[in-house]
Amino acid sequence: MILFGKRIPIFFSLVIWFFIWEIAGRAKLSSIVPPVSAVIAAGITILPTAKFSAAALISLRSFALGMALALLVGIPIGVLMARVASLGKILGLWVNIFVSAPISALVPILMALIGIGENTVVVTVFLFAVFVIILDTQVGMKQADRSLVEMARCFGATRRQLYTKVLFLSALPEILAGVRLGVIRGVKGVVIGQLLIAIIGVGELFELYSQHFLMEEFWALVIIVFTFAFAVSEAVAYFERRVEYYASSR
Amino acid sequence: MPADAIVEVKQIGKVYESGVEALAGIDLALPQGRLSTLLGPSGCGKTTLLKIIAGLIPPSRGEVWVKGKKVDGPGPERAFVFQDFALLPWANVLRNVAFGLELRGLPEHERYEIARQHIAEVGLTTFESSYPHQLSGGMRQRVGLARALTVDADIILMDEPFSSVDEQTRRKFQEELLDLLRHKSKTVIFVTHSIEEAAYLSDQIFLLSPRPGTVSRIIKPNIAREGSSPDEIRRDKNYLDTVDEIWQILKRYV
Repeated sequence: MILFGKRIPIFFSLVIWFFIWEIAGRAKLSSIVPPVSAVIAAGITILPTAKFSAAALISLRSFALGMALALLVGIPIGVLMARVASLGKILGLWVNIFVSAPISALVPILMALIGIGENTVVVTVFLFAVFVIILDTQVGMKQADRSLVEMARCFGATRRQLYTKVLFLSALPEILAGVRLGVIRGVKGVVIGQLLIAIIGVGELFELYSQHFLMEEFWALVIIVFTFAFAVSEAVAYFERRVEYYASSR
Repeated sequence: MPADAIVEVKQIGKVYESGVEALAGIDLALPQGRLSTLLGPSGCGKTTLLKIIAGLIPPSRGEVWVKGKKVDGPGPERAFVFQDFALLPWANVLRNVAFGLELRGLPEHERYEIARQHIAEVGLTTFESSYPHQLSGGMRQRVGLARALTVDADIILMDEPFSSVDEQTRRKFQEELLDLLRHKSKTVIFVTHSIEEAAYLSDQIFLLSPRPGTVSRIIKPNIAREGSSPDEIRRDKNYLDTVDEIWQILKRYV
């Protein structure tokens, strides 16, 4: 960012927003907007509490399990849909419906089916993340360079080698883009799932703070969750950039 | 069929799924250790024919025999050089050149040792650890050629290898190719749409007619290449006659 002819770090825009927030908070414009300094102070007090670490642990566990399932199921299905034309046609419509559907509407049904607990959150994360991973994997595999496939066959590649040494690597940029979008959706899945269930993890804390009108703690938690989502997505983006140098030359 | 034919193409026909007839009744006999060219206007099915010989595309009719065996897929005695290079964008030159050996399961140090010799032959030793996107078109095709040499196939199939390379590089490359092949007893099947390229390189030229592709003429340039410089070859009477003869036939199709 360049301001008045000087280079300014990107995070400076955050500083400006926090400054405006602080003024709005001190002016007591609204009871749901406490000053940002109070929010940060609340954040520092809740971070070391046992209640928070228990909530964070259970939320992270649901997120990790749901994402692992989404990757283990999503990538192979995407590969199969690209390579087996009939399967691509049969599943394609469903994947496209679900990738744009508001999955949150299904959470109450999941609660009835699976019960009110951690498993429901895991399934919610899975459903939030899996479809975009399937879709992007499929696109990547379909776009895989045909002449690379011919080349590998020509030099005697087995089916297995064709997948591991050519097709998968060729589709990696799209697969990683799908994983990044899946991770972002997965974080939403954890929060929405737990909010709707309202008795476990971060969702329970959100519910607790808003019911008792603890706005400082509420906003502190929002910032923590946002930061987490951003950090995870940036971590995947880092890998994406590392493979991009060849993606651009395909 | 001549006794020394290493590749025999018998009555090959190809009809695409769309119903278009690409090739009809093609017969070829390719002598061992020679460079034969498939030459024709675009759309005459010459690349299709080459890929049928490579075993990449099944023919609709007819058979291809290589070293006395019927072709039913790619085989280790045939290597292919692609028009668009077909290099792995995520692998450096060394790994790309060694890729054929990697697929055969050779240990890394062995395959890299063999690959390095062929990288040196095509003059890319200093670019061993470069990636394809860092190389020019001509250099990429050198990698493609080195990869085909590395698997030590008897037959090298080249699909318009110099068509995406600029004219100067192309000429230099043609000279180097002749030089390189002179010392190896490789059989080369070369696809091109350039009359000059065909006349300059070939021992034998198959002229193909357009849709459906058939062999309309076989020309043997009979140019004395031994001891002649590239410029002498390009001024050779037989070379000029061959170019003219091919043009007289091909211009009917244009």
